[in-house]
Amino acid sequence: MSTRLRPARQWLITLPSLAWLGVFFVIPAVLVILTAFRPADLQGGVGPGWTLATLKEVQDPAYLPILWRTFWLSGATTLICLALALPVAFQMAHSGERMRQVLLLLVVIPFLSNFLIRVFAWKSLLHPEGPLTKLLIALHLIPENAVLLNHAGTVLLVLVYTQLPFAILPLYAAAEKFDFGLLDAARDLGAGPLSAFSKVFVPGVRRGILSAAVMVFVCCLGQYVIPQMVGGTGDEMLGSKIAQRVFSDRNLPHASALAGGLMLAVLLPMLVVVLWQQFGRKEAE
Amino acid sequence: MDDFLVIDHVSKTFGTQRAVDDVSLTVAQGEAFSLLGPSGCGKTTLLRMIAGFERPDRGRILVGGQDITALPPELRPVNTVFQNYALFPHLSVWENVAFGLRMSRRPREEIRSGVDRMLELVRLSEHARKRPAQLSGGQRQRVAIARALVNRPQVLLLDEPLAALDLKLRQHMLMELNTLHEQVGTTFIYVTHDQGEAMSLSDRIAVMNVGKVEQVDTPENLYETPRSSFVASFIGDANFFTGVAVELQHEGYVRVQVEGLGSPLVLSHGTVVPNQTLRLMVRPEKISLTLSRPPSGERVNAFRGVVEDMAYFGSHTRYRIRAGEHSILAQLQRSRFSGGGIDPARGAEVWMSFHPDEGRVVRLEGDA
Repeated sequence: MSTRLRPARQWLITLPSLAWLGVFFVIPAVLVILTAFRPADLQGGVGPGWTLATLKEVQDPAYLPILWRTFWLSGATTLICLALALPVAFQMAHSGERMRQVLLLLVVIPFLSNFLIRVFAWKSLLHPEGPLTKLLIALHLIPENAVLLNHAGTVLLVLVYTQLPFAILPLYAAAEKFDFGLLDAARDLGAGPLSAFSKVFVPGVRRGILSAAVMVFVCCLGQYVIPQMVGGTGDEMLGSKIAQRVFSDRNLPHASALAGGLMLAVLLPMLVVVLWQQFGRKEAE
Repeated sequence: MDDFLVIDHVSKTFGTQRAVDDVSLTVAQGEAFSLLGPSGCGKTTLLRMIAGFERPDRGRILVGGQDITALPPELRPVNTVFQNYALFPHLSVWENVAFGLRMSRRPREEIRSGVDRMLELVRLSEHARKRPAQLSGGQRQRVAIARALVNRPQVLLLDEPLAALDLKLRQHMLMELNTLHEQVGTTFIYVTHDQGEAMSLSDRIAVMNVGKVEQVDTPENLYETPRSSFVASFIGDANFFTGVAVELQHEGYVRVQVEGLGSPLVLSHGTVVPNQTLRLMVRPEKISLTLSRPPSGERVNAFRGVVEDMAYFGSHTRYRIRAGEHSILAQLQRSRFSGGGIDPARGAEVWMSFHPDEGRVVRLEGDA
């Protein structure tokens, strides 16, 4: 017990990170939420006094399809990323040391170039005059007049592309701790390779799946660059609207109300996840 | 059926290393059989080939007449108790045991009764709802055994089943495994590096060394008549001497001239020709120690030596005795009530003697 610090010293040690979180996360978040209750002024700033008018404004039913699209695109991205990342993480954890390093490098290599540039690369790749479109038409895989760009599918594709590493990394971290001998045991007890994977490996890395899902889902919810650059006019996500309210409409309270709502929509599921994990840990003890 | 499990000329090479080298074995139905050997002798590879985790490069494996060499693990009538138990941490004890039955899609009622009965057999019924992490080492092992046996395998493989347990528990589980084997009557194949474990668990033992089987025999025969010096030294302790056959006698007795020890008379199980170089083996506890020269005779091998070192073990005392350039291990049972016991001190001159039946000719290392 000698290693356990006295409470006062514990606080002292966590103080810098708490201060960081407070200054750069909690206070801005509170400011955003407070702004939602201020009236907008015509110069794009915030007027005096308090009002609930903005909250009524954002209950506009026109937001519903956008909200729905935001959630289904994020949900679909999360599912596709998990489906792709699980076998990758499995293979990475199962590989030898050298192969593992190479695969890990391949996963993080996209981060070496700027996010905007990578999205723009997709834009030119999928452009009607772009190389991919031309190749697919030449191979008769898509019709002559096919448009790959500017619809919800494109947004989904690029979302999956950008978020995949964020699914692979936490899953790989979990898979690395997984005891692969358990798969032998499953096979020994009559499970085929696929059953062993789904009945033993997947539950074995469920914490990693949870982290990956939260990571990808939350990152998707706030996206506005991707729908704007590769999506069509009807593919806006909530993030696009928030950006629009800030930069075009110069209506900060409205943008704040949307952002605050989205923040709650993200924080509440995470709270559930955290509580569930706590519960799971207690159960395991 | 005497050849229930048949290992037929099986070889397996990893890279340049021959892990299992042309091994042939047969195990009878219901037998408790051990693969014994030091680490790297190929016993685990052989076990993994029987389980189906490795494919032999050459040879066949048959269970009950069926060739299972090409079958994946999930289709073999064989189950394994893994060394670290490999229990599924996310499932309860009950679900762990039910796993195999669920995989073979048995009816719900059969699964329930099968798992309950098996948990009863290993006395874990009251822990059925716990997670493996909440159990002790011995309990986890019983779960692993129950999880394998519930599938009614034709052969149960146990990989170092006692290695992860502490000494007290190990002795307890040793008895329990024997009882369990009697109760279920399944063929048990143990893999172990511990000769004591193998001796007390098995009807027969295959002693393996560098990918080959040195000898397959009952524990008693392995101890009393080891065929190679490897077997003799791996199972129990042994003194070895090298000498030349000088006189062949009837019934397999041969007189061997050993530099510095005279010409002891020993027993040979193979054919010996005059002037052949031989290796002799005598177990330490077969050597008698006396202070004076034992009454000489045809049937007594006696030599003189000086006590170099000794160690007291409670039930017995070990002596290291120097005779010329030989350093000989002798062991005396010590009892305060047994008469005639001697208690030589360090530096004391003693006589060692052994009966010709206790000295054996063993194969030289590397001989075929």
